[in-house]
Amino acid sequence: MPVLELREVTKAFPGVLANDRVSLVLEKGEIVALLGENGAGKSTVMNVVYGLLSPDGGEVLMDGRPARIKSPRQAIDLGIGMVHQHFMLVEPLTVTENIVLGREPGRFGAIDFATARRRVEELSLRYGLKVDPDARIIDLPVGMQQRVEILKALYQGARVLILDEPTAVLTPQEVRELFSVIRSLVDEGLSVVFITHKLEEVMAVADRIIVMRAGRVVGETSPEKTDDVGLARLMVGRDVVLRIEKTTKPTCGDTVLHVEDLRVRSDRGLEAVAGVTFSVCGGEIVAVAGVSGNGQTELVESIVGLRRPLAGTILLKGVDITRADARTSIEAGLSHIPEDRHRRGLILQFDLAENLVLGDHRVPPYAKGPLMRPGQVGAMAATRIADYDIRTPSAGVLAGNLSGGNQQKLVVAREIGRDPELLVAAQPTRGLDVGAIEFVHRQILAARESGKAVLLVSLELEEVLSLADRVLVMYEGRIVKELASGEADAETLGYYMTGGGGEKLSAQELQAPTHGGNA
Amino acid sequence: MNEKREQSVLVQRSWMVAAQKIGAPLISAALAVVVGSFIIWASGYDPRAAFIALWEGSFGSPKAIGDTLLKATPLILTGLAVAYGFRAGLFNIGAEGQLFLGGLAATWLGLSLAGLPWFLLIPLMLLASMLAGAAWAFVPAILKARIGAHEVITTMMFTYIGRYLVSYLVIGPLKAPGQIPQTAELPGAGQLSRIQALFSEATLASFEFLKLGRGHLGIVVAVIAAVLVWFVLKHTTLGYENRAVGFNPWASQTAGISVQSTTVKALCISGGLAGLAGSTEVMGVHHRLFDQFSSGFGFTGIAVALLAKNHPIGVIPAALLFGALAAGAGRMQFQADVPQKIVLIIQALVIFFVAAEEIVLWLIRRRQKEAVSHAG
Ligand SMILES: Nc1ncnc2c1ncn2[C@@H]1O[C@H](COP(=O)(O)OP(=O)(O)O)[C@@H](O)[C@H]1O
Ligand SMILES: [Mg+2]
Repeated sequence: MPVLELREVTKAFPGVLANDRVSLVLEKGEIVALLGENGAGKSTVMNVVYGLLSPDGGEVLMDGRPARIKSPRQAIDLGIGMVHQHFMLVEPLTVTENIVLGREPGRFGAIDFATARRRVEELSLRYGLKVDPDARIIDLPVGMQQRVEILKALYQGARVLILDEPTAVLTPQEVRELFSVIRSLVDEGLSVVFITHKLEEVMAVADRIIVMRAGRVVGETSPEKTDDVGLARLMVGRDVVLRIEKTTKPTCGDTVLHVEDLRVRSDRGLEAVAGVTFSVCGGEIVAVAGVSGNGQTELVESIVGLRRPLAGTILLKGVDITRADARTSIEAGLSHIPEDRHRRGLILQFDLAENLVLGDHRVPPYAKGPLMRPGQVGAMAATRIADYDIRTPSAGVLAGNLSGGNQQKLVVAREIGRDPELLVAAQPTRGLDVGAIEFVHRQILAARESGKAVLLVSLELEEVLSLADRVLVMYEGRIVKELASGEADAETLGYYMTGGGGEKLSAQELQAPTHGGNA
Repeated sequence: MNEKREQSVLVQRSWMVAAQKIGAPLISAALAVVVGSFIIWASGYDPRAAFIALWEGSFGSPKAIGDTLLKATPLILTGLAVAYGFRAGLFNIGAEGQLFLGGLAATWLGLSLAGLPWFLLIPLMLLASMLAGAAWAFVPAILKARIGAHEVITTMMFTYIGRYLVSYLVIGPLKAPGQIPQTAELPGAGQLSRIQALFSEATLASFEFLKLGRGHLGIVVAVIAAVLVWFVLKHTTLGYENRAVGFNPWASQTAGISVQSTTVKALCISGGLAGLAGSTEVMGVHHRLFDQFSSGFGFTGIAVALLAKNHPIGVIPAALLFGALAAGAGRMQFQADVPQKIVLIIQALVIFFVAAEEIVLWLIRRRQKEAVSHAG
C-alpha cells in the first residue's frame, strides 16, 4: 500500500487550471522526483497535499485512507512535512528554538530546552544533517537553514517529506550533501517528493520520475529507462536541444574587448580581481568559468561600467572604457545581460515597451531631444516581442507579470536587439527551465554568428562547454587556465575551478607586478 | 505551456490594476465620510446637517466653489511637488519650506520691480518662486546624492530654516511701516487677479456661475503645472528616468542612468513646484508676505499626493477634495454648529483609509506569499 496517493486532484486559480486531474502514488522508502517547467503546477499540487490549498476536486489518501487535509497542522499530524523554497524560520532564534517551535517539550508552559536540544542532536546525527543546535538562524548560510527546515519536519514526525525546489538556493557542494541526506532519509524508511525543473538532479537522485506539464501528469519513468533528452521532451512537449552544437568555427575578427592586468576591489574591500588579462574578438564566445565568488561578478561589473577598477585597462574596440560609466559603455557598443535580472536587468513595474527601450531611451530614434517617441518605441517593442518570441498579450503588460523565462527573453531581446559590438552575458540562464535555456543559448550563438564578441560568465559547466570557443577558468581573482573548446571537459574545468592549478597560480603570482596596500 | 490561460490572467490583472487605481481612492474618501459621520454623531452633532453645510460651503454656490478653488490651488502645486519626488523614490517632506522660499522670492521681486507691467512682472515672479523653491531643495538634493543623507531629515530641517528666515524678514528688513509684521502690498501688476474680475458686470449678471468670489487665476497656473508634470513624466526622457530610478535604481544604473543626477533633478523640480505654491498664494490671496501665509499646505500636499497615488492629474481632484473640506469648514461651524476641527478629523480619516488600503493590500499580498511558501 502506498504511503501517499493522489487521485485526480484538480485545482483552478482565476484563469488558470493549475492542476488537472493529477494522480500519483508515493511508496514507502522511495524518492519520487516531480519534474516540470516553471508554472507546470508542481508547487500547487504539493501545497494541496500539505493543506495550504484546498483542491476543487479529487482526493488525497494517506496510508490508504482518504485524508481531508485542511491545514498544514493536520498534514503534520498525518506525518507529512514540507520544505518550501523560501524558508519560514524565526531569524533571531536558535536552531533548537526554531525546530521545537509549536511543539515545545516540557510541562506547565516551561520549555524543557535540554530535552529539545538532545532530540535535535539525535536527529541531526542520525540523518547526517550536521548543524550547530545553538547557532542563531540569522548567522547560518542558506544551505544550513534548509537543514534546519528538514530537521524541523523530522522532529515533527514526518514520514513523507516534500522538498519544493530545494536545490535552487544551494551551491553544487551543498546539493551533493543534500542528496546524501535524502538518501539516508529513505534508507530509514521515509518517503521523499523532490520537486525540481533540473534534469541532471532528477537523474542523480530519483527512484521514480513523474513529469508534469501545464497542470497535468504527462509521464512517469525512472532514471534507468530514460535520459536527459527524453525527459526534456516530456517536460517541454517538444524536442529540446540540450547542448547546441556550433556548426561554424569561430571567425576571429578584430579584437573587440581587451582587458589588461585588471584589478578590482569587492564591496568588502578585498582584491576580488587580482590582475586579469584577456581579449575577446568578434565572432567568438569566450567563457569565464569558475565557482561562484571567485571574482566573476566584480570582473563583469568593472567591464560594464558599474564598478571602478583599481588598476588596469579595459579597451572596447580600441576605446579606453576603464573608467567609463555604464552609459558611456553602452554608447561605445556594449550590451550586458546582468546576472540578477530582477535587480539589475528589468524594471518590473515598467511595461514591456518601457523595458525594451531602457538604456536606449535617450538616443534616436527613440528620443528626439528631451522628448520620447512612443511611436518608435512601440514599433521597436512589437518587433522585438515577435522576433524573440516573448509570450505576452501586449507590449503594455508589466514586466513583473511575465514568467521568469519570458522576463529573461525580454532582457535578451533588449541587449542583443541593440546590435552591440560586445555582449557580456552573466549567468544568462540562471533559474530558467530547459525550453528557455535553449532559446537563450540559440540567441547567444546567433550573436556570435553575426560577428559579435561574446563574453559569457557562467557557473554552469554544461553551458560553458556547450557555448564557449575558449574557456578562461577563474580562481581567487585570477585566470588560472585558458582552454580551447576542444580541450575543455567537465573534469578538467572542475580541476582548475577548485584551485587544481595551484602551481600555475603561484607562478602567475610571481610574475604579477607587486601591488601595495590593496587587500 | 498553457499560454492562453496565462495571457488571460495578465489581461485580467492589468484591468484590475486600472480599476483599483481609480476606485480605491474613491472608496477611501467614501469610507472617510461614513466614519466621519459616525464620529460627528457620536460627538452629539447632526452628521446630515454637517455634511449639507460642508457641501454648501464648498460646492453649493459659485462663491463657495471659488473658495474651494482658492484652497485647492496651493494644494495642487504642493501635491505635485510631493508626487514628483515620490515618482523618483524620494520623500520631499519639506515642501512647506520650499513654499515659503517661493513666496519670499516672488514678494521680494514684486516689490523690487514694482514699475514693470503685469505681463512681465507676473511671469518673472512665478519663475523666481520656482527657482527659489528649487534652490531650497538643492542642498538636501546634493547631500542625498553625494553622501546619502536622507531627504526626509534634510528637507524637514530646511523647512524650519525657511520659515524662520521669512519670520525674520517680515519682522525686520522687509517689514512695511506699521504695527503688523508683514511686507508692503504687492503692486497691482504683481497680483493674480480674481477670476470674476476678468468679466464685466453684465457678463457676470447673465452667467452667475462665474461669480467665483475669491477664486483667483492661480488655479489656472496650478492646472497647467499638473498637465506639464504629467507630460514630463509620460513623454520625456527626464520623466522616464525619474520613474525608472523611483522603481529600481539598480536597473537604472545598469542601463546608464545616473541615479545621483536624477535624484538632484527630481528634488529640485519638486522644490520648484512647491515654490510655485508660495508665489500663487502670495500673489492671488494675500498680496503680501507674512509669516503665517501658509496653513501647512506643504504638509497637506503629502496627503494629496498619497490620495492621488502620485498621479499628476489625480492630484487635481485630490486637492479639490481637501480644498473643499477646508472651504466648507467655516459654514459647517456656523450653520450646523459643528466645530471646524471636525474637518481635520475627516481629512485625517481620508489619509488613514488611503494608507490603510496600502496596508490591507500589502497584508493580502504578504499572506498570499506566505501561504504559498509556508505555514506552521
Ligand atoms: N496563488 C495563486 N493564484 C493564482 N494563480 C496561481 C497561484 N499559484 C500558482 N498559480 C498559477 O498556477 C500555475 C501553476 O503554478 P505552480 O504550481 O507554482 O507551478 P510550478 O511550481 O510547477 O512552477 C501557474 O500558472 C501559476 O501562475
Ligand atoms: Mg514551484
